[in-house]
Amino acid sequence: MTTKQASRIALYLLLAPAILWLGLLIVLPHVEILVLSFSERVAPRVYAFGVGNYLEFFTEPLYWRTFARTALMSIAVTALTLVLAFPIALYIARVAQRRLKAMLLLLCLLPFWVSELVRTLGWMMLLRETGVISYMLRTVGLADQPVELLYNDGAVILGLVYGGLLFMIVPLANALESLDPSVVEAGFDLGGSRWTVLRRIVIPHAMPGIVAGCIIVFMLTVGNFATPVLLGGKNGLWFTEQIYAQFITRFNWPQGAAFGMLLLLLSSAIVWLGLRLTGQSLGSTLKQA
Amino acid sequence: MNRPSIVWKLYIAAFYIFLFAPLLIVAIFAFNSSPFPSPPWRGFTLEWFTGSGAVFGKPGVLLDPIWLDSIGNSFKVAVPVALLAVLLGTVNAWVLERAEFRGKTVLAMMMLWPLVIPGVVLGISILAFFSRVANGLEEWLQTDLDFLRPGLPLVILGQLSFILTIATLIIAARLRKFDRSLEEAAFDLGASRARVLRTITLPFLSPALIGAGLVAMLMSFENFNTTLMLVGSEPPLPITMYGQMREGATPAINAVSLLLMLGVGGIASIFALTAKAER
Repeated sequence: MTTKQASRIALYLLLAPAILWLGLLIVLPHVEILVLSFSERVAPRVYAFGVGNYLEFFTEPLYWRTFARTALMSIAVTALTLVLAFPIALYIARVAQRRLKAMLLLLCLLPFWVSELVRTLGWMMLLRETGVISYMLRTVGLADQPVELLYNDGAVILGLVYGGLLFMIVPLANALESLDPSVVEAGFDLGGSRWTVLRRIVIPHAMPGIVAGCIIVFMLTVGNFATPVLLGGKNGLWFTEQIYAQFITRFNWPQGAAFGMLLLLLSSAIVWLGLRLTGQSLGSTLKQA
Repeated sequence: MNRPSIVWKLYIAAFYIFLFAPLLIVAIFAFNSSPFPSPPWRGFTLEWFTGSGAVFGKPGVLLDPIWLDSIGNSFKVAVPVALLAVLLGTVNAWVLERAEFRGKTVLAMMMLWPLVIPGVVLGISILAFFSRVANGLEEWLQTDLDFLRPGLPLVILGQLSFILTIATLIIAARLRKFDRSLEEAAFDLGASRARVLRTITLPFLSPALIGAGLVAMLMSFENFNTTLMLVGSEPPLPITMYGQMREGATPAINAVSLLLMLGVGGIASIFALTAKAER
């Protein structure tokens, strides 16, 4: 055996795990749900090719409304997260000095190392009728009855924004970190107001971070399951819940597969659009995070 | 911009209160002497950790088989996921950093895919695919292949599908910093390939291997979306917590959450320390 052949075999051996992983756990499973989503039940245990599952999505208002609602609320959550996170990231990157900076960033990271379910439990305990906020309102006399703050859109948005904040702050702070202070100073010297400097210098410089943060937060929000279901209750109506219902509760896999493809399409379309609009690549965006 | 206004400072303070309020509430009410996880405060107790159920009718976490089994199931998933992620992630990192072949950029990009696929979709696709495989194989072999049906083995595969990307990225980042002249020097001094790997390359990589293993374990322990689709009759911890939260739980769930926070805090600080050693 020549050394050339030996190194070829070594290469194949090294590639084997990656090919098995991507093939068996990513590519083939997605081919499977793509095929499944185009199959219709024509008789018990007999399936044929058809677009019925997608037609069902467009004709049943509950389905497409839940889809549109999930998309729109996710966009709102992403925008709100960006607005709330920006002053924090700016403070961490530009104002706070060495020790304080490290501590503020670490304090941001800590809650996100904790399970999503623990964080959601915390919000449930704060917001529900028998919860802490309701109790405090009654104690100070602002309410004479228990106040239910859970199971509405506000609670869902709150929980989702909370869950997305870190993924916005870190890329924003990274992008703002590299802004040269003299550029900002020049902006002020040339007579720019705070607002003008922010709009014309700081925000354009932070754009890569803004895009990275928004893409990640949107993906996480659209694909979330526990937060909308637990904080929204019956009013949660999140699209992932429809996928779960079709797959696990109703055992209608072709329908669930079609929903899964639609969710994947939505998520990928927004990621692609975000990258396209700002001319960035997926690799560099994920690196920001 | 270097002199922050008082409004800005107040906003920062309010933000950090907002960030920690839910976690503090969860932790505090783990010690409330009440059968419900809600105010008012009825005094301090450890009943929800170590109680036998004599006081409130329900046992504390450390004596409740439901919680103990769930924690056990989580470990049964997290340990194999972490080991496989480190082992396969090292090979993948090697492919990305050292190997030269056509289609490498495509492969490198494909390795990032799992991070952009929603967890629920990863879960259903793996569920559907392995069910088809099981149906085919069972007909052919005439035996039951339960490990391809919803259950812990499938949960391991589902979690591995995206955790492997993260492990690969962590290990590849470390491998990129490696000074290859060290290896060449060892070869010149007559060391075999296996010996170089064992005495030079792997020790250099070890902080990243430990880090990747810890991150993999943490992500496995906390994964909910993918796990939910693939779980059988043995629920890992997040699935049990979800069920209890829907039905209305006792403060035992606060106690579990606090233990989880402490465990995560421990792992995160080890990770922070290894990351520091890396620099």
